[in-house]
Amino acid sequence: MDETLIASVLASAVRLATPLVLCALAGLFSERSGVVDIGLEGKMLFAAFAAGAMGAFTGSTTLALMAAMLVGVLLSSLHGLACVSYPGDQVVSGVALNIIAAGLTVVLGIAWFAQGGQTPPLPVDVRVQAHWQWLVQAVQPLPWLGPVLGQALFGHNLLVYCAYALVPVAWYVLYRTRFGLRLRAVGENPQMVDAAGVSVQRLRYAALAINGLLCGLAGSYLVLAQSANFSPHMTAGQGFMALAALIFGRWKPWGALGACLLFGLLDAIAMRLQGVDIPGVGAVPVQAIQALPYLMTVVLLAGFVGRAVAPAALGKPYLKNR
Amino acid sequence: MAGAVSTPALQMAGIHKRFGDVLANVDVNFTVAQGTLHGLIGENGAGKSTLMSVLYGFYPADSGRIEVFGKSVQIRNADDAIACGIGMVHQHFMLVETLTALENVMLGAEPHWHLPSAIKPVRERLEALMQSTGLRVALDATVADLAVGDRQRLEILKALYRGARILILDEPTAVLTPQETQQLFAVLRQLRAQGSTVILITHKLKEVLALCDQVTVMRAGRVVDDMPIACASVEALAQAMVGRKVQLDRPPLEVAIQRDATPVLLAQGLQLCDASGVQRLADVGLQLRAGEIVGIAGVSGNGQSELLDILSGLGAPDGGSMQVLGRQFVSGAWLDPFTARSIGLAHVPEDRQARALVMDFEAWESAVLGYEYLPQFCRTGWMRAGAMRNATADMMERFDVRPRKAALGSRKFSGGNQQKLVLARELGQAPRVLLVGQPTRGVDIGAIEFIYSQLRAMRDAGCAVLLVSSELDEILALSDRVLVMVQGRVSGAIDIADCNEERLGLLMAGAAV
Amino acid sequence: MSQTTALPRWADVALLPVVCLALALCVAGIVVALVGQSPSQVLAALVQGAFGTPRGLSYTLYYATSFIFTGLAVAVAFHGGLFNIGGEGQATLGGLGTALVALWLSPVLPAWAMLPLMLVCGALFGMVWAAIPGYLQAYRGSHVVITTIMFNFLASTLLVYLLVNQLRAPGNVAIESAAFAPSAHLMSARELLALAGVDWPGSPLNASLLLALLACIAVYFFLWHSRSGYRLRAVGSSPGAAAYAGIRPQRHIVLAMAISGALAGMVGMNEVAGVSGRLVLEFVSGAGFTGIAVALMGRNHPVGIVLASILFGALFQGGAEVAFDVPGFSRDMVVMLQGFVVLFSGAMSYVVARPLAALLRVWQLPGAKHG
Repeated sequence: MDETLIASVLASAVRLATPLVLCALAGLFSERSGVVDIGLEGKMLFAAFAAGAMGAFTGSTTLALMAAMLVGVLLSSLHGLACVSYPGDQVVSGVALNIIAAGLTVVLGIAWFAQGGQTPPLPVDVRVQAHWQWLVQAVQPLPWLGPVLGQALFGHNLLVYCAYALVPVAWYVLYRTRFGLRLRAVGENPQMVDAAGVSVQRLRYAALAINGLLCGLAGSYLVLAQSANFSPHMTAGQGFMALAALIFGRWKPWGALGACLLFGLLDAIAMRLQGVDIPGVGAVPVQAIQALPYLMTVVLLAGFVGRAVAPAALGKPYLKNR
Repeated sequence: MAGAVSTPALQMAGIHKRFGDVLANVDVNFTVAQGTLHGLIGENGAGKSTLMSVLYGFYPADSGRIEVFGKSVQIRNADDAIACGIGMVHQHFMLVETLTALENVMLGAEPHWHLPSAIKPVRERLEALMQSTGLRVALDATVADLAVGDRQRLEILKALYRGARILILDEPTAVLTPQETQQLFAVLRQLRAQGSTVILITHKLKEVLALCDQVTVMRAGRVVDDMPIACASVEALAQAMVGRKVQLDRPPLEVAIQRDATPVLLAQGLQLCDASGVQRLADVGLQLRAGEIVGIAGVSGNGQSELLDILSGLGAPDGGSMQVLGRQFVSGAWLDPFTARSIGLAHVPEDRQARALVMDFEAWESAVLGYEYLPQFCRTGWMRAGAMRNATADMMERFDVRPRKAALGSRKFSGGNQQKLVLARELGQAPRVLLVGQPTRGVDIGAIEFIYSQLRAMRDAGCAVLLVSSELDEILALSDRVLVMVQGRVSGAIDIADCNEERLGLLMAGAAV
Repeated sequence: MSQTTALPRWADVALLPVVCLALALCVAGIVVALVGQSPSQVLAALVQGAFGTPRGLSYTLYYATSFIFTGLAVAVAFHGGLFNIGGEGQATLGGLGTALVALWLSPVLPAWAMLPLMLVCGALFGMVWAAIPGYLQAYRGSHVVITTIMFNFLASTLLVYLLVNQLRAPGNVAIESAAFAPSAHLMSARELLALAGVDWPGSPLNASLLLALLACIAVYFFLWHSRSGYRLRAVGSSPGAAAYAGIRPQRHIVLAMAISGALAGMVGMNEVAGVSGRLVLEFVSGAGFTGIAVALMGRNHPVGIVLASILFGALFQGGAEVAFDVPGFSRDMVVMLQGFVVLFSGAMSYVVARPLAALLRVWQLPGAKHG
């Protein structure tokens, strides 16, 4: 196999996994605090729209990023209002957010840009760029490793590196800080945390705020780095895939990262395999490869993860009992 | 008593608290002197837990005043309570199983945002605390691996670590053997000697008499009595708790009923390990004969619940066999609840809300739970609503279930009436073997007497009754024979005539008698 | 499965859903106003488009038919203690099943044999598609919400694959199957009413509406009058009590999902047999998700579901009309409204219930808890 092919597949994998990583980390904080997050898809979608719209209106990358993160936090807080301040069903709330996002983004898109729901393509200077092309060039001459390292590792834009850097940060916050200890506790036994004098609601809202920020980053990645604008339903199930990756990773940051990279790799391979003949099997239909991540998720959920230990208080509204 | 009255550690005055229609606390005045062990007693629903929850900040009182060490305070949440020096050890431990003992103590009072830096000073303080109080716990063990007694010690340490000068303990001995109870008492006396104030919430009168300096009695949301221990006695306290003379002892020995020698239920060699590999039942065997009540005494958590589950078919053992009502079962081909009912075995479960009734169903639907397939309730797969409602009305009449509304949601009935409905359902099928777990938990005193009389009537009619209860008094009042379970084994069997608390206490601690 | 609110029963069942709907309409109206439309004008056009003409009414009822099926599906699963988000995929498979047997056998079988066969096949395919996640939940502990979401995606890729590669009529550019023979065609409302001598405009409304209403009655009797239904509700409400009663939870979880999937699968009869007469790509187009909104609004009861389905059918039909008349209005506004309905009736019902209970107390309405 040829190095440029490997390099480009790996590079694709890294890029495709980026929004998954960000969403999975978002889900991690929410679910470790005990709040189920089915709405990752909707939040990412709405954040993407916000980034696209803000970018088109103001031409500023920073403002686009901030708009996306703000929208993420707002939606997460709404989820919190329904499920943390009140005992609403967390799954239903997530589903509702997804449906609202799907509709509202298109409605606003049509109203503001009249392009059938799309936002106008963003000029190059608004989008996030790869900065280390010189490093890629420098590494090229290395035999075999050169192109692979170059493209796969060094050729990405800032948001990609940001996303991956956030994984150790998330690990540190969760396992080495006071906030993380309390967060992990509130997802297992919120009564205990309440009795220890720490506010359960404040912890969960904080977790949801972090969740919103990360979903905002995920959405802005789609619009500022992956493509150049927002189009309706552009998230195409990645939010759900991130949730699945989180579950494989057993609600741990490094595990989730591994699962996200795996899915990214599958997606990258799928694109390459289109129309290619595999000896003995014939042409693999596109749909089969597209279905693979979903199929794998189901197989893994049924087989290995099956009874993986979720945070004990996950999905249960916290009500002070008598 | 002349002389300077030192400031009380705690003074609660005029506390009112209502939950919807329920008046949980009505004009409660509660004063605790410094450096004393103060007992707070009352039946279930008397309002003592509510009062302490208000004190600990779980919810605010509707009105009233709280003064801690002479200072008027507002307690809006647990944090405020802790800041006032109030610590609470709850009946259901407030521990996170996946964290270590040290992390559990530290939570909420971490000295530093960076965990590794925070752990060192906490460990030092805890070591010192363990030295001075004599409470030892393995700090780096995960709570999931700790035994019940250790967890309770951890809870007390947690409260003391947060600087509790007033320690509230809610039914602390519910999960302890008599020997462990004595150890706890020693710790509490030590704490009193060091100047701490301890409030003990309990319904065990003998413990209050053994340990406390002062006792307050609550009934129906009010304080009905408050006396130094020297003036108290079991009878006086019981009477204050229920408001009338109570006969707790068994009636004079009835004529022994001619019993058939062959047991209707014979279980042998029952073994059970739970999902985490802990052995719950080790070689348990027992016999039940028609016309007797066998009581299983023992502190909760020694395998009684698992035994009941297995005998009723809710669970299956890893090893052992059982013969019941002419049928043979071995592990691998065990009884199931459906078969159990069909051969005449009925079960009144310990957990009423989660097992005995479907809370969301109306009473007439809950009243046939487990028997819905019987021809009187069901024909060719269709339920006969009319017949079900009639049967429910009949049950309610016979067992005095109030209110007499078959269409009322099961949830809306009080604990006592729910239990009566369950008993009506199970006893109404005229079972030949009856398994009963904690029959009077959460039930008011009037219903308790009724339930006792029903169980005795079943026994007199020839039913074999197995009674599991954590209330020793109940076991002694009802049983003809008493088995004691400890650590998943039957440690002894005694006829009622030979029973006394000392013997039973020893058996419960696992000693041979 | 849910907590109880502080409202008296009548308010909980009838008033709260109406209030939640009103709130959802308000919020949607605000959005509509923000994008430069007039909410009242939109609403008037919507109502007119949905009910104002026989043709409009027919379309409303035609949409409602699919929603009744998917709403019943979600409701049955809810009563079994499960949240079935997979209605979309199950309806897709149902349509597939209906179409496959139609393509295969319609040239040789007469209508009276063909149509029931199509119904059975569609229901069966939908049933299997839901039973698998149900089985995985019951026996492997895999969360049914995640698995059904995955199965939705699998269903759509499967459909695309089959239509593009296997079922496409040769020489046809459009992504659809060959047409079925006439025996596979469900009578339309126009044809049915013509039999009675009534002149009715053409529309997609067809006999499957009657099927949907029959399904409602069947579901009602099943859930509240059959032994199986009793057991299913017990499992959904209190798995511990069900186990105590000797009811095996796993079996009934799979049963609940199977029935749920079968109901969703009947969407195929409406769309594939009743309307298109062939298998097309987008025949489900969101009915599975609308079913969630319908079940929540209808409080998981067949009567409520019928009412809520008509409501949503009206929104869809009215929305289409408004999209014609009012520039800048798109169907996505209805999707958005649907999301708000799910939000308010489903997740935020407690947020709404508390002030509502307070209001009832203030107005001293009967049954309200005394303060």
